[in-house]
Amino acid sequence: MPAALAPVLAATAVDTGVFVVAAAVILSGAVGVVTGRNPVHCALSLVLTLFGVAVLFVAQDAQFLAAVQVIVYAGAIVVLFLFVIMLIGVDREEDVRAEPLRGQRPAAIAVGVLGLAELLGLARFHHWVTGTPSGAGAASGPGSNVEKLARSVFTRYLLPFEITSALLVIAVVGAVVLARRPQPGPGGGDGAEANEANGAGEAAEAEAEPASR
Amino acid sequence: MALAGAVLALGDPLFSKGVDGGVLLIVVGKAVATLALLLASVVLMIWFERKIISDMQNRVGPNRAGPWGILQTLADAFKLFTKEDLLPERADRRIFRLAPYLSVVPAFLAFSIVPVGGFVTIAHHRTQLQLADPPVGILFLLAVSSIAVYGIMLAGWSSGSKYPLLGSVRASAQMVSYEAALGLSVAAVVLITGSLSTRDIVIDQHGHLAGFLPNWNVLRLGFIPFVIFLIAGTAELNRPPFDLVEAEQELVGGYFTEYSSMRFGLFYLAEFMNTITMSAVNVTLFFGGPDGPWFHSVRWLGGIVWFLAKTVVFLFSYVWLRATLPRFRYDQLMDLGWKRLIPLSLGWLLVLAAMIVSRPWGFSVVAGGLLFVALLARAVMVGRSATDELAPGPVGEAG
Repeated sequence: MPAALAPVLAATAVDTGVFVVAAAVILSGAVGVVTGRNPVHCALSLVLTLFGVAVLFVAQDAQFLAAVQVIVYAGAIVVLFLFVIMLIGVDREEDVRAEPLRGQRPAAIAVGVLGLAELLGLARFHHWVTGTPSGAGAASGPGSNVEKLARSVFTRYLLPFEITSALLVIAVVGAVVLARRPQPGPGGGDGAEANEANGAGEAAEAEAEPASR
Repeated sequence: MALAGAVLALGDPLFSKGVDGGVLLIVVGKAVATLALLLASVVLMIWFERKIISDMQNRVGPNRAGPWGILQTLADAFKLFTKEDLLPERADRRIFRLAPYLSVVPAFLAFSIVPVGGFVTIAHHRTQLQLADPPVGILFLLAVSSIAVYGIMLAGWSSGSKYPLLGSVRASAQMVSYEAALGLSVAAVVLITGSLSTRDIVIDQHGHLAGFLPNWNVLRLGFIPFVIFLIAGTAELNRPPFDLVEAEQELVGGYFTEYSSMRFGLFYLAEFMNTITMSAVNVTLFFGGPDGPWFHSVRWLGGIVWFLAKTVVFLFSYVWLRATLPRFRYDQLMDLGWKRLIPLSLGWLLVLAAMIVSRPWGFSVVAGGLLFVALLARAVMVGRSATDELAPGPVGEAG
């Protein structure tokens, strides 16, 4: 980016403003996900949160991540959630006060407070941990955002990248193989086998989906 | 500190000398002008489509309001505004009201990255005729079009009635499936340009290929990405022959069946706006955008004229497709998307990448691909005949 540009806009005030607005959007979305009674409303609140995070990515000069965040998370994954909610027909209001897991709520609050304290502590004393004021050292330097990302993914982190892609392909192929309904063979009497395979397929899909996200 | 460069377009020379009041004014002026022109072009596009369709079907079409009926759309819009706004009893009220806006806002946002001309100088500020030029340019289009799915999906679901739900499920499945093929054909363009910015894509297509042909991506990439983009883009738009989403004979009107008044008008607006955007993006990616022989008297006007001329050709072809082609069946639609377009665009992307690395590599990839396809076809044939021998009769046919 042009170096002359940043100071002119009184960057700190604008940055702070954007951060405050985006944080408010993210938090209201997150609260909406947890407190909403209708699953469809919850999913839409999740989209709101994802959008806020994308705005923060743009503010951090990570435009590629912002675009991918919107395309992959908001455009594909939450659409998938909505598909499941609408087609399976769980789009009925539920009572949030019913607690299936005893003691889950206090535990969640305790873990949340602990996590927040840890985050604040890390933000206050980060140089103790990393030794630098910013953890995003690799992303600075010349070249565009996409270029830098591509260079680090295809050189330094090539092996993890390839392993991840192999994992995704395996998950997809596995889901297809397990979910496929065997054709009734020439001998007949495949019914029990087919049912079993279908059941296994559903279970495998449920497992494979988080991996493909 | 990163913000200034990120939010405002990086490539635009408007921001190279810093941002002051004049620059802000120009940006706001560009945004307002873009919105006004887009609304006007939607009005004209609706009239154009109705007029062309009626010519093709041997009838007169709108001819009462204004010369050649050109004001018909304005009259219709006024009528829509005065109609009663119905809210179905079983509708999810908030989402029912929200959905049309989720549909119409992305439609207008998507156009902002299209370069409509070269550079102009307004009050000593040199700027490009393009609303925004983000560094991730074409990805912004994909992001916005993936948001447009929500408008359709939620409109169908929140209506609380079966036909809209069926229509919206069809629409989202169709748009999600064809987005993959669309993205892969865009990837071919990005591969040869080496940049995601739409301005860079357009600049890269200046000049000549083999002396006299224009250096446009449609020729450089060998037609296939263009054809895939055209087909997948038409499917993304839910336009005929991919209009299973609306399919009047089966679904009344699809996702907007329960909508009335201006809420229906917003869906209509979004649909035509998307058609215009898709044509403009097609011109940008494959036909050099505003590139063309210059008019020497007014240089900046030349680019706009070329851009408009090329876009109108695509708009006409969309109307032409609607008038001539029958609708796909649902299984044909899914077969075309997943079994033809995606493998074809993946394979072609591989060939292109190899060609960019070196010619011998490219040709060996083509030869290897042909060999692989031949072997696969032979294997499938052998497999078929073996199954037929084992299981004759209807079972074999089903397999």
